[in-house]
Amino acid sequence: MKSAGFFKRGYVYLVLAFLYMPILTLIVFSFNASKSRAVWGGFTLDWYRALFQNSEILNALYVTLAVALLAAVTATFIGTLGAIGMFSMKNGPKSLLLAAANLSMLTPDIVIGISLMILFLFANLPLGFGTMLLAHVSFNVPYVLFSVLPRLKQMNGSAYEAALDLGATHWQAIRKIVLPEIMPGILTGFILAFTLSLDDFVISFFTTSEVQNLSILVYSMARRGIHPTINALSTLMFVAIVALLLLVNRKSSILER
Amino acid sequence: MKKLLPLLLCACLLCAPFLSGCTPAANEKPSSITVFNWEDYINPEIFDLFEKETGIKVTYTRFTTNEEMYLRLDRGGVNYDVAFPSDYMIERLVKNDLLLPLDHEKLPEFKNTYAWLQTPDYDPESKYSVPYMWGTVGILYNTEMTDGEIDSWGAMWDAKYLRNVLMMDSVRDSLGITLCYLGFDLNTRDETQLAAAAEMLKEQKRSGVVLAYGVDEIKDKMVNNEAALGLVWSGDAITSIDLNEGLAFCVPKEGSNVWIDGMVIPRSSKNPEGALAFINFMMRPEIAAMNSEYIGYSTPNEAAMAILGAEYSENPIFNPPAEVIARCKFFHDVEDALETYNRIWEEVMNE
Amino acid sequence: MKTKPFAAPYAVWMLLFTIVPIALVAAYSFTTADGALTLRNMANFLDPIYITVLLRSLGIALLCTLICLLVGYPAAYVLAQKDFDKKGVLVLLFVIPMWMNFLLRTYAWLTLLESNGLITSTVNRVIEFFGGQGNVRLLYNYGAVLMGMVYNYLPFMVLPLYTSLSRLDRRVVEAAEDLGANRSQVFLRVVFPLSVPGIFSGVTMVFMPAITTFVISRLLGGAQFKLFGDLIEQQFLFTGNWNFGSAMSLIMMVLLLLSMSIMNRYGDQEGGGIF
Repeated sequence: MKSAGFFKRGYVYLVLAFLYMPILTLIVFSFNASKSRAVWGGFTLDWYRALFQNSEILNALYVTLAVALLAAVTATFIGTLGAIGMFSMKNGPKSLLLAAANLSMLTPDIVIGISLMILFLFANLPLGFGTMLLAHVSFNVPYVLFSVLPRLKQMNGSAYEAALDLGATHWQAIRKIVLPEIMPGILTGFILAFTLSLDDFVISFFTTSEVQNLSILVYSMARRGIHPTINALSTLMFVAIVALLLLVNRKSSILER
Repeated sequence: MKKLLPLLLCACLLCAPFLSGCTPAANEKPSSITVFNWEDYINPEIFDLFEKETGIKVTYTRFTTNEEMYLRLDRGGVNYDVAFPSDYMIERLVKNDLLLPLDHEKLPEFKNTYAWLQTPDYDPESKYSVPYMWGTVGILYNTEMTDGEIDSWGAMWDAKYLRNVLMMDSVRDSLGITLCYLGFDLNTRDETQLAAAAEMLKEQKRSGVVLAYGVDEIKDKMVNNEAALGLVWSGDAITSIDLNEGLAFCVPKEGSNVWIDGMVIPRSSKNPEGALAFINFMMRPEIAAMNSEYIGYSTPNEAAMAILGAEYSENPIFNPPAEVIARCKFFHDVEDALETYNRIWEEVMNE
Repeated sequence: MKTKPFAAPYAVWMLLFTIVPIALVAAYSFTTADGALTLRNMANFLDPIYITVLLRSLGIALLCTLICLLVGYPAAYVLAQKDFDKKGVLVLLFVIPMWMNFLLRTYAWLTLLESNGLITSTVNRVIEFFGGQGNVRLLYNYGAVLMGMVYNYLPFMVLPLYTSLSRLDRRVVEAAEDLGANRSQVFLRVVFPLSVPGIFSGVTMVFMPAITTFVISRLLGGAQFKLFGDLIEQQFLFTGNWNFGSAMSLIMMVLLLLSMSIMNRYGDQEGGGIF
């Protein structure tokens, strides 16, 4: 029995090794003094220094964060309101609105990207920061919606009615009763939207021109060849994603209690 | 909700520069331009020098092929002030009225350009473009992985170099050299000649000599000894040989393409004044020399060549001798045959 | 609750940025560049070169899904067992790569697989050690593209399987054991059938992005194995035939929706998601 457990455990670790080996290599080589990709030439932080002196990368980082934050806030707002509104709807119109969200989630990224590009050019909107932001809000909204809706379903409907009976206004009831109840869902939705937006390449690629986010920059740098600066950048992006996920995990487990 | 408020504030702060960028003060000149150029095709220090002198900030964006660049300009919705298309693409851009005429009053430094480059046949009066760089197309090869000197396009089809050839993922370049190899004109619109070239390219792919198709990546792969032969532009050859002494370059005897990349102002430019200032700045002898030295491509600027000195002007890759130029031809817009060209490339790539 | 108007911004947004764009794609698909109605774009797709790409995409996506299932199922099965400690951390470790940019994940393999990359040079050194010719090439072939895809999508298979397997009612398994079933019988007759919904949602989550993938084949395959996604990109950014590109996008969507509805018929929605 013991040996079987050992093999089972070993298998899981093997699969994890496959998943992490490339990432770990990138991280290790981001500290490699030698430019070579196979030989260790001593520890250095030079590539990180180079990274922070590269105004193009810093600018892309700024664009990435600004888009992700703005898109996540806007999408959370629209998605949460949508969920609350939909909750009091009859099944007919509700399922229509839900179908739109499902359609958006089922559409492949590349099709979302090109369809929005067509829309923006059709509407004569110059491709840039604004269009990228609109695109990001659009693919984020359904994710927020689907994080908030289950919370609303779990909510005790009579608490809201009771508040109204006790003289609370419509707004007060929503603010004091509904919002606190669905807050974990809103937060999950927000962070989900933020991470998705941080990570997006395909949709951004088609919906911007001169404004570049990190993914787009990584793409053009990766095509030119491998450079330790991208390793440093990847390491930082990886650390950021891990930190965010840990935050979500902790947050949702605290809120759950 | 209280938690969201600070977030919103942060977001507003983050966006302030973009918002202010949208509402320029009435009498203030817009102080930035966007350059639409090839990957790794300018010395980035020049942007700092230019900004220091004029206060105009430069954003660098990239395209991979002329065709991609054309499409971006043609479909609109973009904001580019200076673009760097090649000769045949300038021809097409002019034909489709996508460029602004250049005000030569504001381009005094144009006088530094070699006389033969001041009147290129794609834009005889330099009305829409001024030359940026020029060069040839040839084979970059690894002397340790090939035997002897290479002087024919045939090497790119030689079964000896199985999985060792890097081709360019660019219609005109790859098709052009195949047409040269077959002894045809590289601007041909003849269906049978094109079909023969297409068959050659498919055969090349089927036989397995091609390791990969690429544009920006070829230089790096060659420097790292990933392949024996690569189709490159002459300037990339110079940079690569600098980094790896085992590499050599040739312009095959069957003939090849000589090209000029120009600087143009797209019709949609929001800051043509800034664009003109930038183009003029780029033609200053010391700036052109510094740029040429950095990217390794040949400068069309006579005064800059004088600054660069004999080391450069006597380098046959940097400044090809007359007999090499004599066997090279310029690309031209193939107009209605373009569909055939695209079709061929699609067939080759999806073979 | 009288909150219906709250859904207005959502409804408007979805209409403007989801429905209208897709309608525009559909409109482009059935028109020429001059705006006249046509079926030519659809007919053009029947050309052997495009059908080849479609079949190649389907093939590599299916193969990728199969490999993910074969590799992922045992991992999910082991993870879902009760006596496995530190389960939470390990499951989280499977989640993390899902959130990493696919470009970075793909780029990581590029570094490992090029000639002087860690893996290739190690393999070549081992071959040389045994007296062989150490000039193996691991990059720029079909295998590299497939591996890149498996690597990218494996977590999307493991997670739904894990959710489905860990929700499995232990009492059913125990009952089967009490009734004298041996371990392989328990697995084949009880555990596996009960995990079928999880398999379906895992397969969906891998197959869908796999069939639409682009860029991976350019980076790892040296642009020699064009997939459906690359074809669409090519039309939009290089060849410039947006009508044909739209037609291809529409075909891709119809294909996806069809396979989705087939999957949904067999799987169930609660089989497990990523969230």
